[in-house]
Amino acid sequence: MQQSLEVRSVAPNRLLRALKLVRSAPPTAKFGMVVVAIYAFVALFAPLLAPYGEVEVVSRVPFEPWSASHLLGTDQLGRDFLSRLIFGARNSISIALLTTAISFVIGCLLGVLAALVGGIVDQAISRLVDALMSVPDLIFTLMILSIFGSSVTNLILIIAVLTSTRFYRIARAAALNVASLDFVEHAKVRGESLLWIAVNEVFPNILPLILSELGMRFCFIFLNIAALSFLGVGIQPPTAEWGSMVRDNAALINMGDITPLIPAAAIAFLAIAVNFVVDWLLNRASGLSEEG
Amino acid sequence: MKGQTVTATPTVPVIDIVDLKIEAKSNDQWSKIVNGVSLSIRPGEVLGLVGESGAGKSTLGLAALGYLRPGAKVTGGEVRLSGHNILAVPEEERRKFRGTKVAYVAQSAQAAFNPVHRLMDQIVMVAVDRGGMTRGTAEKRALDLFRALQLPDPQNFGRRYPHQVSGGQLQRAMVAMAMICNPTLIIFDEPTTALDVTTQVEVLISIRKVIEDYGVAAIYITHDLAVVAQVAHRVAVLRYGEVVEEAPIAQIMERPVHPYTKSLWAVHEMPVDHDAQHGGKGAPLLAIAGLGAHYGDFQVLTSIDLEVGRGETVALVGESGSGKSTLGRVIVGLKELSSGQVIYDGKPLQGTIRRRSLQTLKQIQIIYQSADTALNPRQTVRKIIGRPLTLYQGLRGARREARVQELLNLVELNETHIDRTPGQLSGGQKQRIAIARALAADPRLIVCDEITSALDKVVQAEVLRMLMKLQARLGVSYLFITHDIEVVRAIADRVAVMQNGRIVEQGGKDQVLAQPHADYTRKLLDSVPDMAVGWLDGIVAERAA
Repeated sequence: MQQSLEVRSVAPNRLLRALKLVRSAPPTAKFGMVVVAIYAFVALFAPLLAPYGEVEVVSRVPFEPWSASHLLGTDQLGRDFLSRLIFGARNSISIALLTTAISFVIGCLLGVLAALVGGIVDQAISRLVDALMSVPDLIFTLMILSIFGSSVTNLILIIAVLTSTRFYRIARAAALNVASLDFVEHAKVRGESLLWIAVNEVFPNILPLILSELGMRFCFIFLNIAALSFLGVGIQPPTAEWGSMVRDNAALINMGDITPLIPAAAIAFLAIAVNFVVDWLLNRASGLSEEG
Repeated sequence: MKGQTVTATPTVPVIDIVDLKIEAKSNDQWSKIVNGVSLSIRPGEVLGLVGESGAGKSTLGLAALGYLRPGAKVTGGEVRLSGHNILAVPEEERRKFRGTKVAYVAQSAQAAFNPVHRLMDQIVMVAVDRGGMTRGTAEKRALDLFRALQLPDPQNFGRRYPHQVSGGQLQRAMVAMAMICNPTLIIFDEPTTALDVTTQVEVLISIRKVIEDYGVAAIYITHDLAVVAQVAHRVAVLRYGEVVEEAPIAQIMERPVHPYTKSLWAVHEMPVDHDAQHGGKGAPLLAIAGLGAHYGDFQVLTSIDLEVGRGETVALVGESGSGKSTLGRVIVGLKELSSGQVIYDGKPLQGTIRRRSLQTLKQIQIIYQSADTALNPRQTVRKIIGRPLTLYQGLRGARREARVQELLNLVELNETHIDRTPGQLSGGQKQRIAIARALAADPRLIVCDEITSALDKVVQAEVLRMLMKLQARLGVSYLFITHDIEVVRAIADRVAVMQNGRIVEQGGKDQVLAQPHADYTRKLLDSVPDMAVGWLDGIVAERAA
């Protein structure tokens, strides 16, 4: 996920630089990138990789044990567990990615504008953000979802808005430093619009700092969605989702079967892998100097 | 004692740098910062280390303390302090003589002092901790030093906090801190560069007096030949980490041998055009009358009257805090005026940017002192110069590209620079790009805010020469904000001198510089060091008389 972000629509020499950068990464970061790449691959090609369909009932026996035809057995409704796991990757990751993207755009745009305009606008947005941040995310989400009903759109919007407060904080702080520089002032003297200055002059300069936050927030959003699904208010059946898969099959654990823990492990593994990459990016961003 | 060659004595040199090589890592590459430098300093001798930024002066100065910046390493040679190679001993050992045997005076005293402790506590700290003095003797010595440094009210000076004394006093306090343990060698690293000219003279006099009184050897690092001529016995000119010329001060001032050394006089020797009065024809382009401006309750500008003619260069001279930059900001519309008016091209100019039309904004451009912060580090030269073309003239694609090329040629760069980001350009090139960006708007007035003060002398002269050429060709007017009298002499048609938010004197360049009327102008002019040995002696003698 990080790789695809870094090379999006850039000149070829930047692509080369990104490749060189990846090669110079420490082993942990490389490991993380490989894992992320595998997840992305599975998510993209889920229909080709999965032996059965997402909601296809393949057995009359629920909770069938591991076998040659059903590698990880079947779930509570007799659907192929492995296939659900593979489709689950697609659903969970795409929803988390979309949510991250929306919150990133909202948070950064407001943050940079607040830093550029200052004064009352800055105060108003900042206090609103403080208020939002003071309510625990999960409880707030649960509340909103129980009022407006649990649809994927609602889920994405509410989590995106809540997460955007974090992006806002970082973007605003970073943009404050940039906003005082002469080239921003010069753009004002030139007669540029605020939005143009925010996007063209300020944003590229704060991106390295936000990039690492992006990865971290993706992890949290991913975990949040899984947790909400586990609680039954997230992604609704029959859509395969790792959090709900754990809940639906939790009874198996009592019988000494570890199958329901596999989606949980998949969640944890991705979170760890992304964190490895993020750690490295954070180190680079806070390092002595950016490449000139 | 200036200008005499110190006769060779059999004594051991205080410091003996032998074929020193230092490399530093930048952009994943090791580059040579100091490349085989050999220097030695006898007791009581002051060596001036002259060179431009990036020449390796500071690295060499720090190496004399046995200190390397993070990311640097010694790849050869020795630094012998009283006969011992200090690079061979572990860091722990080296720390013991830093501050006691060798001391360092940095450029910025503001950054060197801790703002929450009293000056005296900080000055005597090294002496008590490592110099083996008791607090009482250390304070007594500090008091002597305050007197020698001509600090006001020496008895109570130490009780103040850093923010309670002026910049020049703080710089002298740092000299006291360096001298407290009676070191054998002091490294002065551009100690007066950040100060105003009138303050610089005071600090220079103090530094020289204390060096002479205590007979300490010193390395005086500076980029300013005129300054070094006042304090040093011998000068080493450094370039790209190598000593290109080393000679007694009098010899180097009168007969510099190396072409690089000669080039340090570049701005000084720019042809001065006394006759050609540019502009002045017809109504002035910009006419300011009775202008005032406030920051909160504080009045920064008071009844300013100033005119800039078409195709004319008006220099605005003054020290930091005199309000000259604020005046520039009012003109470009970054700061609202509180009284008076600005007439541009016969029509009153709207106060701030938002109320001015794009057409007006286009005609008045500004260029900043630091091209590093004035150019977006994430944009290529193409985008930086191309943006005003798109904004003001709607140029796009191939036509825009062609115009960017033209502008690059105009500022004496070429198409190889078009894809670079500011980080891949030198300081002079960056300032040229900033000038090209201003020219892209096709302006009639350019406010130049100290645009050459961050540049090296040679580059400074090149940029100034280019600006003059551009003016002759495009007929653009400059309002040139500067503190550098040499620059004024080289390019201005008229001069306005500012002090405390007022214009104290204005007129033709020759008139103001040759026969200044205001006391302040005279003081300002007198404070600029001459490129001659003994200038400071003259000042001191004049004061004594």
